[in-house]
Amino acid sequence: MNEMTPPKTERAEALKGLGSSRKRVEDARFTQGKGNYVDDLKLPGMLFGDFVRSPYAHARVKSINADKAKALPGVVAVLTAADLAPLNLHWMPTLAGDKQMVLADGKVLFQGQEVAFVVAEDRYIAADAVELVEVEYEELPVVVDPFKAQADDAPVLREDLEGKMEGAHGARRHHNHIFTWEQGDKDATESVLGSADVVAEEMIYYHRTHPCPLETCGCVASMDKVNGKLTVHGTFQAPHAVRTVASLISGIAEHNIRIISPDIGGGFGNKVGVYPGYICSIVASIVTGVPVKWIEDRMENLMATAFARDYWMQGKISATKDGKITGLWCHTTADHGAFDACADPSKFPAGFMNICTGSYDIPTAYLAVDGVYTNKAPGGVAYRCSFRVTEAAYFIERMIEVLAIKLGMDAAELRAKNFIRKDQFPYQSALGWEYDSGDYHTAWEKALKAVDYDGLRKEQAERVEAFKRGETRKLLGIGLTHFTEIVGAGPVKNCDILGLGMFDSCEIRIHPTGSAIARLGTISQGQGHATTFAQILASEIGLPADDITIEEGDTDTAPYGLGTYGSRSTPVAGAATAMAGRKIRAKAQMIAAYLLEVHDDDVEWDVDRFVVKGAPERFKTMKEIAFASYNQAIPGVEPGLEAVSYYDPPNMTYPFGAYICVMEIDADTGEHEIRQFYALDDCGTRINPMIIEGQVHGGATEGYAIAMGQEIAYDDMGNVKTGTLMDFFLPTAWETPHYTTDHTVTPSPHHPIGAKGVGESPNVGSVPAFSNAVHDAFRAFGLVQSHMPHDQWRIWTVARDLGLHG
Amino acid sequence: MIPGTFDYHRPDSVEAAVALLAEHGDEARAIAGGHSLIPMMKLRMAEVQHLVDLQGITDLKGIKVDGGTVTIGAMATQHELIASEALAQAAPIIREAALQIADPQVRYVGTIGGNVANGDPGNDMPGLMQCLDATYVLVGPEGKRDVQARDFYEAAYFTARSDDELLVSIRFTAPKGGYAYEKQKRKIGDYATAAAAVLIAKDGGTCSSASIAMTNLSDTPVWCEAAAEALVGTSLDKAAVDAAVAAMTGAIDPQEDNRGPVDFKKHVAGVVLRRAIERAASRA
Amino acid sequence: MGKMHIKVTVNGKQHELLAEPRELLIHVLREELGITGPHIGCETSHCGACTVDMDGKSVKSCTVFAAQANGANITTIEGLGNPDGLHVLQQMFKEHHGLQCGFCTPGMITRAYRFLQENPDPTEEEVRFGMAGNLCRCTGYQNIVKAILAAAAEMNAAKEAAQ
Repeated sequence: MNEMTPPKTERAEALKGLGSSRKRVEDARFTQGKGNYVDDLKLPGMLFGDFVRSPYAHARVKSINADKAKALPGVVAVLTAADLAPLNLHWMPTLAGDKQMVLADGKVLFQGQEVAFVVAEDRYIAADAVELVEVEYEELPVVVDPFKAQADDAPVLREDLEGKMEGAHGARRHHNHIFTWEQGDKDATESVLGSADVVAEEMIYYHRTHPCPLETCGCVASMDKVNGKLTVHGTFQAPHAVRTVASLISGIAEHNIRIISPDIGGGFGNKVGVYPGYICSIVASIVTGVPVKWIEDRMENLMATAFARDYWMQGKISATKDGKITGLWCHTTADHGAFDACADPSKFPAGFMNICTGSYDIPTAYLAVDGVYTNKAPGGVAYRCSFRVTEAAYFIERMIEVLAIKLGMDAAELRAKNFIRKDQFPYQSALGWEYDSGDYHTAWEKALKAVDYDGLRKEQAERVEAFKRGETRKLLGIGLTHFTEIVGAGPVKNCDILGLGMFDSCEIRIHPTGSAIARLGTISQGQGHATTFAQILASEIGLPADDITIEEGDTDTAPYGLGTYGSRSTPVAGAATAMAGRKIRAKAQMIAAYLLEVHDDDVEWDVDRFVVKGAPERFKTMKEIAFASYNQAIPGVEPGLEAVSYYDPPNMTYPFGAYICVMEIDADTGEHEIRQFYALDDCGTRINPMIIEGQVHGGATEGYAIAMGQEIAYDDMGNVKTGTLMDFFLPTAWETPHYTTDHTVTPSPHHPIGAKGVGESPNVGSVPAFSNAVHDAFRAFGLVQSHMPHDQWRIWTVARDLGLHG
Repeated sequence: MIPGTFDYHRPDSVEAAVALLAEHGDEARAIAGGHSLIPMMKLRMAEVQHLVDLQGITDLKGIKVDGGTVTIGAMATQHELIASEALAQAAPIIREAALQIADPQVRYVGTIGGNVANGDPGNDMPGLMQCLDATYVLVGPEGKRDVQARDFYEAAYFTARSDDELLVSIRFTAPKGGYAYEKQKRKIGDYATAAAAVLIAKDGGTCSSASIAMTNLSDTPVWCEAAAEALVGTSLDKAAVDAAVAAMTGAIDPQEDNRGPVDFKKHVAGVVLRRAIERAASRA
Repeated sequence: MGKMHIKVTVNGKQHELLAEPRELLIHVLREELGITGPHIGCETSHCGACTVDMDGKSVKSCTVFAAQANGANITTIEGLGNPDGLHVLQQMFKEHHGLQCGFCTPGMITRAYRFLQENPDPTEEEVRFGMAGNLCRCTGYQNIVKAILAAAAEMNAAKEAAQ
């Protein structure tokens, strides 16, 4: 080696590539208040839009009189369904193959539904004008319960679908029924259950909640009538898909639409969907010829844009006497609200709910999901999860606990007994998935040891005795979870949204001086893409991450991709980045060989350079190669150093983890305290440990909130009871637990760098850990199942019903 | 969430403020910290034509401890109540309670006057003031009058203050003995699921005096004389505490809301009262 | 109910403007003065994204009328540091990964600034209590707390060194 050449490790470290806890490049502007979020945008002549919304959950709209509103100085227009109908924009397609009213067309179906769109010179005038729009309603019977919605005499919610017995996902069997989705072998499963030693049965409810990012949804639509181009800045987790959808429904050619996602203040799934606000802003800009901004307020966000969960999961699980699971049966009633606006791949109307066999080797299983309309807001997005994986994980992790009770077995032991073994991967699940890799036993043992599981059980047993003796009123719960996620949607052969295959993309351009820009089809909402994608690339192409700019979110410049949700950025776009980097490296190899006057095969890669095999003093660094690519005429090689990769993943990735929560519960007040929360994640190759840890903290905090109090609750009249942050539980630093993170590394065999994705694991895994801790605290007193959220009054009610209040 | 329009006034004296309130009647509202009123205005649940901002009135500020008498200006903020060492000496229960109100930002602007005067049953200070047997000093066009906190609250948002009166200060005798403010809530920033203010004085092992008030368990704060009487003359043994809790439970009338059903609230009211009595007794 | 003259000092610079009394301070800052660091998150004074420092107090500027702020001295995130000289809190938030989407960050740091003025050497528990008026949806707070404790240590070390 040349004396001047620093050692490999030193050069690798300087790149800040894979495995480096590189500080985030995004932070300089965010910490100085120089982020650029959609509401920061101010365009010349910009108007402001605001909605008149329905106070009723179900009503006929008899008339809308906007005369007084229009007469208010500063009001430019008031749009109603009647104005949108000639453009055929009064309804819009949903991501789930249904359609949704943009503005109330004859009736309203949920509280907060958009009825009219007021456009005014500023947001104050718009708000005043909203008050002046007179809407006459005739109230109709309300259905908020998905089971009652299926009664013969239940009111017809979707009159537009009356008589249509075929929906986007097959047959409908009732006027409020959307679809039935079946997976697995029903007959075989029922037969296994029928002859099993032990069968545990329980209804597991995962309540309705909301992603509630700190920034609400909004956009600025700007139609430039001179050049015929529509530009929309907005809170879009999938800007390219939004462009395609906007083109299809507006008739504006796709090249004349530019969608820009600026900085996004958190998404968590809430910003995947297309909302009436976007459509109305676009129409208003086309009508007025000036930019129109729409920013929803927090109540609107919680009441009208996409909710998550709301799955009623009836489960049966069978096992041998000694605890070997033999079968799993699940029937889910999915409350989709007034329109089926779930954000799932087209062929998966219940997302990846069929991952509900979890981490366990369950030979026979059956899943059926029935989607149902109710008078609630539409949505059903993946709130920091991959398409219903949270519901699936919660279901199986609760059913395991229920089975453990039935068997009288320790729940940790029951899990270990049934884990898919390391040597079974790739593993074909009974519900159709091929798990790529895993080593569950190793993770599980590490986790149990880390928390001193046996010691905790001993302490718990002593606590129970002390409680019975009246020496304490506090119970101790140990919440266990071993989850397996399915993320990285996904292979084009079975994953698409509105017909768009769920590949993703990266385009790299190396500049002459050896710095680079890479553009991707994804969009960060806090995940730190500008930091981590540069790290992937740094390791692939040997240029320092600090010299690589990552750009996303502008459809005019970024390559086509399906966006960021479902933990798909690293598995799909991250793979595209590595693959594009490899193309760069392949070309660089030819250039290096030419410059070194050897055959292509005679040079080899060495961190940040190509060296002549056997002659390490002869090399060309990537910086030198970059410059050469712009100034050398190399026979058979085009000038420049660029590459693009569209990556269609061969399979999903299957991150997993072991979470353990230790919780103290006050039987008298229902209050709780998290004494310990241990999170072991295996997300395959770790790109940036600092960012992974941050993702785990954040996701677990969302899980904490969901499990312990966060919900979108309705009364019988369909009124939203949790419309502000007083009642919708977002924990502060005070309530939030402290987390201990840990990891194992089982790379994905099919991902170019072995990474699996981590953003959503902690939400998926923590909810059952918290919930199981609550249940576990009461196990000794006979509790089997109690529905989330476990807020104080619900925990208190459990204690009371178990007779613990004396 | 955009409020409707209003005219803004910033008087520099109590008299000027009262004159504005008198002139505009029920179209006017006084604003102190505004963290109850402004959200209501933004939700357009409160219509205000004339907003009378009290921040310019020096007379409404300050905390004075003079001998055994504590006088707190209506515009003293929760933050100032917490920071005041003199107050912490004279009536430490106020700091204990104020720290459980809202969050740091809100405590910087939220005032004791606003907290006690707007009649929101969720507010913590009214019950505490009843517990302390505080006197509210009101100034109106007719002059000054005193109203006892225990007589002030009529129903949710209805109080003995008339529209043209201003609550200018609060006065009470520094309590003796032990104290506790015990509050159960869902999270920081929440109103009480149930809260208890308790003062207990002891003579030897015997409770010589007691005062108990409960918060957010009725449409007004509940000062419960019978509960206090159940403690006086006892050693604060279990029977006495049981009797106090029973008396209190009979006096409250909680409503179901997102914090929970009525049974739960009644039970929790008993728990927080027991804990408050225990802590107050330990300090007496 | 016309507009009124409002005088405010923001980040050391005096501004005079016309505003309706009902206009909220957050809108005055963001729309009239172009100071877009503070954000709007909940509008009911729960989330703290709009936190600014007003006359030495952390306040939620979504719940202050422009008229009330007349005469006030306000510091926003933009006034705490600059690209050539970041405030130690800004540095520590980056160093300890105390932010993700960045939306809560300006309010969070502005609040932390005032908190450390009042309590220069806090415990972790005091930080959590003192920061409880600011919600973050991304970080789970653990690294925010770490960043604030680290900033306190840095500031105290600097103070000691200066003595």
